[in-house]
Amino acid sequence: MKNNTTRHLKAGSLWALIGLVFALIPLLPASSYPMNLAAHILIWGLFAIAFNMLWGVTGMLSLGQALYYGLGAYGVGLMVDHLGNAYFLPGIAVGLLAAAALALPLGLLVIRVGGVYFTILTLAFAQLTWQITFKWYDFTGGDDGIQSIIPPGILGNDKVYYYFVLVVVLLSLWILKRMAFSPFGLVLRCVQQNPDRVRFLGRRVRRNQLRVYIVSGFFAALAGGLMAGVNKSIHTDMLFWTTSGEVIIMSVLGGLNMFIGPFVGATVIILIEDLVGAHTEYWSLIIGIIIMVIVLVFPKGLVGEANRFKQLLTRTGSGR
Amino acid sequence: MPDTGPRSRTRRITGPKPFDTGSGPRVDIDAHRAGAGIGMVGPGKTMDISFVFTQLISGLTMATLLFLVASGLTLIFGVGNVFNFAHGSFYMLGAYFGYQFVSVWNCGFWPSLLLSAICVGIFGMLAEVTFLRRIYGRANEGGFQILLTYAFILIIDDLVKLTWGAEYKSLPRPDGFRGALRVGDIFIPSYNLLIIGIGMIVVVLAWWILARTRAGHVARAAAVDREIVGVLGVNVPMTMTLVFGIATALGGVGGALAAPLRTVTPGAGIEVIIDSLIVAVLGGMGNFWGAWFGALLIGEVNAFAVAFVPKWATLFSFLVMVVVLIFKPEGLFASRKVRTL
Repeated sequence: MKNNTTRHLKAGSLWALIGLVFALIPLLPASSYPMNLAAHILIWGLFAIAFNMLWGVTGMLSLGQALYYGLGAYGVGLMVDHLGNAYFLPGIAVGLLAAAALALPLGLLVIRVGGVYFTILTLAFAQLTWQITFKWYDFTGGDDGIQSIIPPGILGNDKVYYYFVLVVVLLSLWILKRMAFSPFGLVLRCVQQNPDRVRFLGRRVRRNQLRVYIVSGFFAALAGGLMAGVNKSIHTDMLFWTTSGEVIIMSVLGGLNMFIGPFVGATVIILIEDLVGAHTEYWSLIIGIIIMVIVLVFPKGLVGEANRFKQLLTRTGSGR
Repeated sequence: MPDTGPRSRTRRITGPKPFDTGSGPRVDIDAHRAGAGIGMVGPGKTMDISFVFTQLISGLTMATLLFLVASGLTLIFGVGNVFNFAHGSFYMLGAYFGYQFVSVWNCGFWPSLLLSAICVGIFGMLAEVTFLRRIYGRANEGGFQILLTYAFILIIDDLVKLTWGAEYKSLPRPDGFRGALRVGDIFIPSYNLLIIGIGMIVVVLAWWILARTRAGHVARAAAVDREIVGVLGVNVPMTMTLVFGIATALGGVGGALAAPLRTVTPGAGIEVIIDSLIVAVLGGMGNFWGAWFGALLIGEVNAFAVAFVPKWATLFSFLVMVVVLIFKPEGLFASRKVRTL
């Protein structure tokens, strides 16, 4: 029992530390740029962890999560653009509802097929949405995107908005973590390892897959909505397949099998892009090489490799 | 045409934009579709026989180019169970090699076509031997394949940009295929006919190899059961490499053939790969004839959609796919062995 409590405390203290670090960033002098960077890390971290619920936990590699991310962003953007700034928060709600409402029928359609088919289908639907958004200039602004999305009232202050993002993201991560280690999460892991056995045990494979698909889309939409307020603008690129690709890279870089992995991956990728982007135009060459090294040499990701290293160091002679 | 397209980068951070040079690849997203189009007809035009015929030819041209890419994709998937997300990049490489041989080194069109196919094939085999082969059989292999080939896309895109620059390149049509044939009142660009002809030759050749030669039998056997084929003394990894080389060479031919119709730009690969994926999925991944039928379907649907609703034409291939998948999730011609999770 005591052991259990310490474990909880240990895990809790890690999260508290992360929260504290991010909470302190706005207090830095000349904080606007680091704060912006930190907000991006938080939001992409949430997006990546929500994605990893699908892939790392359930084993469904979606290449179309940008669809929900963009939906969240466009929920906010369109509401603000057509109705006014006061509709920022309702816009987030609309994005979330739309994502859940779309994920249900779409999920029913795409989870009927497994493996690479699932990946291709999700990609195709995301690209379809991107095309529609791109071409429907009168409604979505097409390639111009939507600018000057300023959150209303006190949220209009950058620092206040940053703390809003921090609270929402930490809350969502807490929910996702509870979910990942709940009986539901266990079923999902079983679905990845052996779907047939899940069926024998009387659990429904498809239904659980559908649930996690909706949950993942929901939180991706939340990330998109929050991002609209950080960047104060949205663009069709948020729906483009590279956005989906990016969260995959983040998840693998951080480590698929760890809950916190994708968040770490998001942090590293965003910092690298910021650094690399300042020096060269050929960032994608560098990202590509990084992916290659990870896939070929460190398939467990940063967190996985760090854990292995820790185990090597702390290994006792007792053979445990 | 709007200057739009798969942007190289989403800038996430507002504020200073250090690397948004604005000179990135601006690809017309419809270029590879509209390029095959011959006549654009507004919705008001009468639908006479020549119009239908023109669109048919245009659709066939696009179908042939799609088939060249999709057949390679489906071949690799069928034989090696490898999902080559970077197949479109090999198509793009083919187009650039074609440009290099024709416009820079003046090799003439026909030798250039062959040379670019060979170069792309060698490139593909190298990629397979050096990188892809290392992850076969790993847990979660599918995901890592996609990631690795995604890395190929990023790297090839930037290598192309480094080598040839980000601006548009164009290729002249070969001598003797610049004009149009006249059949009654209908004018058919002879280059389109050439593409269709080459496509047919490739289909027949590929069918002959797969169905009648020992190498084809080995490849098909490896698709069914790699282990048994290996036990029988066939060098399965070598077979896989060769298949990969042939498949990427097919994509390269497609790119080089398409180059005179469409502009050559970095980032051209990604739009092609998505269309080819639709084609391959429609026919059932791993099914050669399925890919052929899927390409025909998508090509013709696109050609007529471009003529009637040019703005929304790009949506139609997705619509076809959705409809097919609702009724046959494993594709039109696949045997029912799709792994359902």
